[in-house]
Amino acid sequence: MKIEKAILAVITTNRSIVEGGAPIFVCETRKEAEDISANLEAITDGIAHELSEELFIIVKH
Amino acid sequence: MNEYTMPILFGVIIGTLGRILMLRTDYRQYPTYLHGKVIHVSLGFIAASLGSVAIPAIMELEFTAVTFLTVAATQFREVRNMERNTLTEVDSFELVPRGKTYIEGIAISFESRNYLVIFTSFISTLTFIVFDVYIALIAAIGCLGISMVLMSGKRIKNIVQIEHCPLHFKGAGLYVDNIYIMNIGLPERQDEILKYGLGFVLTPKNINTITTIANLGQRQAILHDVSVTLGVFRDSGTPALTPLIKRDLDDGRIGIFILPQIRNVNKAKKVIGAVPVLESAIRMPSESSFFRWRGDE
Repeated sequence: MKIEKAILAVITTNRSIVEGGAPIFVCETRKEAEDISANLEAITDGIAHELSEELFIIVKH
Repeated sequence: MNEYTMPILFGVIIGTLGRILMLRTDYRQYPTYLHGKVIHVSLGFIAASLGSVAIPAIMELEFTAVTFLTVAATQFREVRNMERNTLTEVDSFELVPRGKTYIEGIAISFESRNYLVIFTSFISTLTFIVFDVYIALIAAIGCLGISMVLMSGKRIKNIVQIEHCPLHFKGAGLYVDNIYIMNIGLPERQDEILKYGLGFVLTPKNINTITTIANLGQRQAILHDVSVTLGVFRDSGTPALTPLIKRDLDDGRIGIFILPQIRNVNKAKKVIGAVPVLESAIRMPSESSFFRWRGDE
């Protein structure tokens, strides 16, 4: 089986809600989370998706 | 020079002319390749020769010569493979790919055009030998006309209604009308999409077209044609800026999200309307006996 989509990174302002294998970036503010997501999106050629106010993921499609 | 020289020459010229005319009509599918054109005109010439030679061969009672036509069939199937391979190779470097269904459609039409050329040359030579050059000319023009009609095919505007619907966000979700397209997390990307994007909704006119426009290949063809004609606001490494089409599961409408460089709603509508309906996407559930036979209602 070929996995086509993968979570490359998790960016959060609330450390307690995430756990697991992908790299986790913990930020102080939402603004900081958005900036890091924008950079990671450009670097990894992925898309930044917003799951909740406190949580972004970068997904490779 | 013998009695067949003029009829054969006539058939070959008409057939090759037919191929050149049909190359012009597929400008959208095959832009700008000069060498590609040379290949197809040459193959058209070969097809025309085969069609023209068949009649004199039969008249000389050389019936086995007709088996040459089977060689032609093999040859033109090869044309289809060649087109498919070339376009598939090139497709991975398109900003918005054509998709396999579209490529298959183009390949099929290239094969069938050669058969139309054989048919045109065949009829032209036949009428030239049986009647005279004037009747042959009329028959040839008739054949070319029929070929043009056969090759034109349906367009998207014949099977759906196209409406412009503004894009909007609910949270991070991008919507066209009520159709969910994708999740865009970053506010700056959202602003870009609202600034540069356009949304359209295609409403199918009947049950057959619901399945036809749901076909992923047909949808990709729409995106490709729009992106080629109106330009596309994206680059490699910006997957968030990808034109997409999603479907409303409720009623089969599809929502189109595009990022054209020429942001003109009327032009975009025209371009979407002019996208060919792909042969391999066409479904006709209404032709099924389950719909026509009303025995157990």
